[in-house]
Amino acid sequence: MINYLKNNPDNVSEWFFAHVWLSVVPVVLGLIIALPIGWVASHYRWTYPPITNLAGLLYTVPSLALFIIMPSILGTKILSPINMVVALTVYSVALLVRVVADGLNSVAPDVRAAATAMGFTGLGRFLKVDLPIAVPVITAGLRVATVSNVSLVSIGALIGVPQLGSLFTTGFSRYIPGIVLLGIVLCLVLALVLDGLIILGGRLLTPWQRAVAKR
Amino acid sequence: MIKFESVVKKYPDGTVAVNGLDLVAPSGKITVFVGPSGCGKTTSLRMINRMIEPTSGTIWLDDQDTGKVSESTLRRGIGYVIQHAGLFPHRTIVDNIATVPLLLGWDKKKARARSLELMERVGLDPNFARRYPAQLSGGQQQRVGVARALAADPPVMLMDEPFSAVDPVVRGELQDEFLRLQSELGKTIIFVTHDIDEAVKLGDQVAVLKVGGTLAQLASPAELLTDPVDDFVAGFVGRDRGYRALGFESGTLDAASEQTVKFGDDSATVLRAGRDGWALAVDEARRPLGWVRSAAVPSGKQVGPELLHRGGTLASVSGSLRAALDAALSSPSGRGVLIDENGALVGTVTAAEVVQRIESHLHARRDQHDEGAVSGG
Ligand SMILES: Nc1ncnc2c1ncn2[C@@H]1O[C@H](COP(=O)(O)OP(=O)(O)OP(=O)(O)O)[C@@H](O)[C@H]1O
Ligand SMILES: [Mg+2]
Repeated sequence: MINYLKNNPDNVSEWFFAHVWLSVVPVVLGLIIALPIGWVASHYRWTYPPITNLAGLLYTVPSLALFIIMPSILGTKILSPINMVVALTVYSVALLVRVVADGLNSVAPDVRAAATAMGFTGLGRFLKVDLPIAVPVITAGLRVATVSNVSLVSIGALIGVPQLGSLFTTGFSRYIPGIVLLGIVLCLVLALVLDGLIILGGRLLTPWQRAVAKR
Repeated sequence: MIKFESVVKKYPDGTVAVNGLDLVAPSGKITVFVGPSGCGKTTSLRMINRMIEPTSGTIWLDDQDTGKVSESTLRRGIGYVIQHAGLFPHRTIVDNIATVPLLLGWDKKKARARSLELMERVGLDPNFARRYPAQLSGGQQQRVGVARALAADPPVMLMDEPFSAVDPVVRGELQDEFLRLQSELGKTIIFVTHDIDEAVKLGDQVAVLKVGGTLAQLASPAELLTDPVDDFVAGFVGRDRGYRALGFESGTLDAASEQTVKFGDDSATVLRAGRDGWALAVDEARRPLGWVRSAAVPSGKQVGPELLHRGGTLASVSGSLRAALDAALSSPSGRGVLIDENGALVGTVTAAEVVQRIESHLHARRDQHDEGAVSGG
């Protein structure tokens, strides 16, 4: 495991960073897309069941299948990483729509009524009241989406997109378990680091939550 | 002035929450909506700032038809306080209070300064400014709720059971401070409660609502207690309404002077001062401390805190007859203690004396009534 890292440092670091952005970009895009959809699902109550059910359905499409059919939908090259980014974005949206809607619904009825009575409306209300209060719930969802993306990305090795998953295919074809182990360790490290960053970000955005915990 | 004109609210599911409400809430006064659960109090209140749209009828704010003003303009001129305060959990106390001023475009500094000023006004420790709502007690949160509603100095305040989620002692304090605040600010207030005692204590006028959303009676608290229009109102204001109505009767009582004792006096002094076996102990400022049973001071011993009976309530000499009667009834000596505005002893009255005064009031009222009836008929 260490030997392989010593002999191929460039390969491994290139795969590592490819893995980073293949994991992160879809979650960021997914959140941007999920925010308005989640808002619709929480604002117009009747849309909540169909939207979240549809999202749940999307999430059950096998990832490998999605990676493979992407080129025919998007007209991209079969090896293009764009296929993976789009496919993983779809998963992130599927996961985050419900999270965003639930987060926005977590605003207490009293707080809602007070906000309305003070004349908050539209975007101002979303940005200043609903979204900040939803941050803890959304953060929890982002952690799940990111960590699951780290593992989904490695499947991309099967369709030839280079990232840490390539360590699994390499190790497998050469019968060297150490290389597979290296892949697992690096994936784990990456997942933990990204998870930690999200927790940190969430904390910075919600000083009020810690104030409550300290009481 | 807030004026309801044949206001009806029928919810989409067919529930008629408010049925033809006609009512005027005069400027600068507290109008209380009281009634059993589900009688349409919240619905009526929320139609004023259009959180709920009336099905028919008009609500006027002075000479403005509220249906013809934009919702946000309307709401920013109306303070709103609710049960559990509904504070923003993610904002500090100072920012919670500054919400409406900031929405109105005040600069940050001015809004903060206003916020701090209001914290002082409603009796909040300025050290709470940087705290978050979850770090405050229910009573403190409620004060923040009131401060937040007052922040932009709206002429109108709507309050929906603002004090009902706190314990009785804190509720009493909040009510007293609310009255003090109102005497300084003179807002036009509609206050919702299902507690008749609160209604009677706070209201300049009280509107009793019935389930089905109709107005049963609109009257001053004293009138409501002494002259309920029907069985529903009579039942709602309660069986002891006669006694409670005394809370609105004040009359000068002839206080009997009382020989007093102080800590350190010996048993002989207490025996001399005592009347019917009881002596009243006071401090240097002549504030009553409690009663001492004359026979309970062993000879050679001195009066000290352990000998005090503190059961009696104190009544202000210029206060209500109800308070005076309560002082007499609760006193171990049977003599009710009357104090002046500084808390110093004025003298004592017995229950019989207070009752006599009450009776003479009632006679006077009955005579007036009869005269009114004669000249009216
Ligand atoms: N959104 C709604 N849809 C249907 N019915 C409603 C709605 N809101 C309130 N009601 C009904 O209207 C009636 C009046 O409700 P409202 O909340 O005004 O009562 P309330 O006097 O404030 O009661 P409480 O003292 O319990 O707060 C009730 O019968 C209630 O069930
Ligand atoms: Mg209510």
